[in-house]
Formats: sequence, C-alpha cells, structure tokens
Amino acid sequence: MTTAIFSFYLFAFVLITSAVLVITSKNPVHSVLWLIVSFFNAGGLFILLGAEFLAMLLIIVYVGAVAVLFLFVVMMLDIDFDTLRKGFWKNLPLGLAVSGVILAEMVLAVGVWEPARVVAMGAQPGGPPAGMSNTQWIGAVLYTDYLLVFQAAGMVLLVALIGAIVLTHRTREGVRRQNIGAQIARTPGGSTRAVQPAIGGGVDLKGMDK
Amino acid sequence: MTYTGWFQNNFGDGPGWFLANLTLILAIVLPVMVGVAMAVYADRKIWAAMQMRRGPNVVGPFGLLQTFADAAKLFLKETIIPAGASRAVFMLAPMISFVLALAIWAVMPFDAGVVLADLNVGLLYVFAVSSMGVYGIIMSGWASNSKYPFLGGLRSAAQMVSYEVSMGFILVAVILYAQSLNLSDIVMAQQGNVLGILNGNIFNPLLFPMAIMFFIVALAETNRPPFDLPEAEAELVAGYQVEYSSMSFALFFLGEYANILFMCALIPVLFLGGWLPPLDWAPLYLVPGFVWMLAKMAVMFFCFAWVKAAVPRYRYDQLMRLGWKVFLPLSLFWVVVVSGWLMFFTDKFATVPGRVLL
Repeated sequence: MTTAIFSFYLFAFVLITSAVLVITSKNPVHSVLWLIVSFFNAGGLFILLGAEFLAMLLIIVYVGAVAVLFLFVVMMLDIDFDTLRKGFWKNLPLGLAVSGVILAEMVLAVGVWEPARVVAMGAQPGGPPAGMSNTQWIGAVLYTDYLLVFQAAGMVLLVALIGAIVLTHRTREGVRRQNIGAQIARTPGGSTRAVQPAIGGGVDLKGMDK
Repeated sequence: MTYTGWFQNNFGDGPGWFLANLTLILAIVLPVMVGVAMAVYADRKIWAAMQMRRGPNVVGPFGLLQTFADAAKLFLKETIIPAGASRAVFMLAPMISFVLALAIWAVMPFDAGVVLADLNVGLLYVFAVSSMGVYGIIMSGWASNSKYPFLGGLRSAAQMVSYEVSMGFILVAVILYAQSLNLSDIVMAQQGNVLGILNGNIFNPLLFPMAIMFFIVALAETNRPPFDLPEAEAELVAGYQVEYSSMSFALFFLGEYANILFMCALIPVLFLGGWLPPLDWAPLYLVPGFVWMLAKMAVMFFCFAWVKAAVPRYRYDQLMRLGWKVFLPLSLFWVVVVSGWLMFFTDKFATVPGRVLL
C-alpha cells in the first residue's frame, strides 16, 4: 500500500510539474517533450487505478502517435521568439479572462465534490466481473451499451480525417508519377526491339519514346 | 517455493520482492547484451558469407570477440557534444533508445512460465514501448542541430508511425485467434491449432499472409534494410547518429540490435509457436522449450541478416506508398476476413465471458 501511495504522489508530482513546464518552457520542442512526460505519467496513474488497458492505450495513442506528430510539426515550424513576445501585453487581458473562466469552473466543480463518495487512496474502484479481464470488460460495455456513441465518435474522427485530406490535397501539374504496376509489368519484349538497320538507313524510333 | 518466495522468506516481503526482481532483470539483460554482441558478429559473418568474404576473423577464435573489441574501442573514445546542440535532449536521446530497447524484454516469455512480467496486456505493452522507441531517434535528430540528423530523425518518425498502424492490425488478427493479449496465452493458444498437429499460427492459411507482412513490418520498425532510411549512409551519412560518438553512439547501436533481437523473439511468439516444437508430437517435447525458442530466434535473425545482405534500400516515397497504400488496406481487409471467419465458422466469440448474443 505504501508503494502505491508513493507511486501515486510520484506520478502526480511529475505529471503536474511537467504540465507546468509545458507552458513555461521557452522552446516549443521542449514543451512537446514535457507534454509527452505528462502523458506518460498519466498512464502511470491509470495503472495505479487498475486500468492497465487504458494506460497502455493512452501511451500507444497519445505518446506513440499523437505526440510524435505534434513534435513533427513543431520541429519544422520556424518560430521567431521576438514576434511571439511582442503581443504579450496586448493579449494579456484576454488570457486573464479565459483563465478566470476556467478557474471559476474548477472552483464550482470542486464545490460539489463529495468527499464521502471518493474511494480510499490505492483502492481500486469497481473492477471487472469475475473471469473477465479489464480489456474484455471494456469491450463488452463499449460494443453493447455504448455502441451508438462509440460508432458516432468513430464517424466524427473519419470526417475530420477526410476533411484534413480534402483541405490539404492539391494536384500538381507536370509531375511524372511513378506507376509501379506498369513498371513491374514491363517486359523486355515490350520495351526493346531488335533491329538490323541497313547501312545509312538509321532506325525508326516511332513508338519507342514511351 | 517460487523464486520470489525464497527471497521474500529471507529478506522480508518488500526487499525480497525487489531483490528477486532485480536478479531476474539482470538474468534477462545480461544474456540480451551478450546476445546483441553475438548478433552483431553473426550479422557481419552472414553478410560476409553472402558476399564471398571472410568477415571478422582476427579477434578471438573465429573472430568471436570482434564485437567486444569494437565496444571497448568505443568506450575509450571521447564523448563529443556539438556546440550548437541542445545538451539535455542530446544526452537523453540515446538513453531513451537503450532503456526502451531493454524494457520491452520484460514481457517476453522464453518458456512456459519463464517470464519476468506476465502482464495480461503484454502485447499492448510491447506495442506501447516499441511505439515510444521513435523518440530516441527523433530527439537525437532534433537535438544535434544539424541537417543530416534532422532529416534522418524526420524520416524515421514518419516511417515508424506509418508502419505501426499496419503492425497494430496484424496484432489484432493474432489476438482474435488467441483471445488474449498475454504473450504466454498467445503461445499456448497455438498448441496444435492447425489440424491438431502443427503448432504455430503461420501454418494457418488465414494468418500466413499476416506472418509475412509482420516480418516486413518488423524490418521497417527496427530500421533494418531495405527500410534503413533513417541511417541511409549514401544520402544522410548516418542519419540521426551523425553527431554521436563514443558511449552515446554505442547506446544507439546496442538499443537498435536489442530491438532487432526482440523482433526476432516476437515473431516466434506470435506466429511460430514460441517455445512449442513445430509439431504437436510427444517426443519433440523432450527438447526443452527454451531451446526451441532460441532456435526459432536464431532462424529469424538469420532471415533478418539475409534480407539485409540481399536487397537494396527503398526510396522514401516508395516506402511511404508501401506502408500506407499496400500494407494498411491489406491488413485492415485481412482483419475483417479473419474476424468474419472466427465469427461465423468457429465458436471463438461464443466462449468469451461477457459475450453478446446476436
């Protein structure tokens, strides 16, 4: 139990510290790296709750895929820090207003928090029925009770995916695309011709310029 | 009494558990490191044989100690950190590569019950750790603050993310057959699974194409030729490793080979029946499971080295085309085929607890 409590505070401390460092680091790439550290620690918290499937999924999806693409984009951005800092005082009131709203919401949420319903630290809330692993339990719930919501979420992602491709795709003129099928299907018979030109006659190149 | 139990009796509950696991971790890491050294030697010998050369043959008997000599040479060199590098990230990157390459071995079952962490989400753990491996490369590429490493890092990130997608679908097909994410359960589910006599998913006609695809995807995931674009010495000198020297380079190198060895162990577990003999025939079980596992790993490693010696490198656009336009649709379609077969012609889904009656 002490190990669980120690691990909880370790993960929680590192999670919050790295989350703060995400917004305070000057270098955007360092920000993304801190974000990855915080994702990873959130996965640790899931494991402490006994939700190992969610923990692994969090790491696979967020750390393994989403954050890589973040990093990919941020690394290639050419960021000028002087222009970034220029608007600081101008945008400060707006930023304060947004953070004020979020703070008020958090205060309201904590206000309705009932300590009695909170499970003891280290205790695993609920748990799958006997003979079922966590993974099977999630699958059984997700594909029966919440099938419609699950499929709808999938459709939203699909629409976003297709939208991104439609918005960024452009057809460029004058590009000679590789046709792998045609390349592989090519045979010596179709590409070469044995000729025996007469002296001074030359070779007719018609049909050979493909 | 279990191994951990003996330690807990002698040293108390907590410290005993810690000591037992520490020794077990060492019992995996040290053989893996020696295995890496031997794998590098085997790699060079196999390429040499395919190119009618002798390969390393000077240090030690048959050149067996060549890798250790190379390692000693590397460790004695000076570690150079480029002036323009982002120091912390630059030093962290090889460590991440190396640690992840060792951490992934925690769930590998070498024999029935011979596994450090028998996780019930073992395959997801493997997938998670191998998907994090890209950070070592992308961080080193960025932190070096130099053109070739940067290009190598970007190429590698794109390549590994692309091929992970189809790798995931291939794993789904295996999981559907085994009805479990635990690597030991996946091996045991392959006992006599084809005609009641053959052990191994690869003998299953529905999973055979998946096995071939997994081998190719494993090559891409470990940055082995023909997919070694992140290193591509002809275009990028050595890709993300250009600015690294001494120990930091050695960590990348060891991590890379530890990953390759892991893939050579994962393919047997997923498709070749792990520690089970290929035939479900009693006399074959007299050979210890550990020996079967090592033999299968050795065969897989030979295939890895064989491919490297035999094929030229892919061009970048062709690599992306193969990943997204060939493997992704093919593996997705094949998952549908496999699950359709299991749904309508077998009782696999009927036996799962919490089943849904359709």
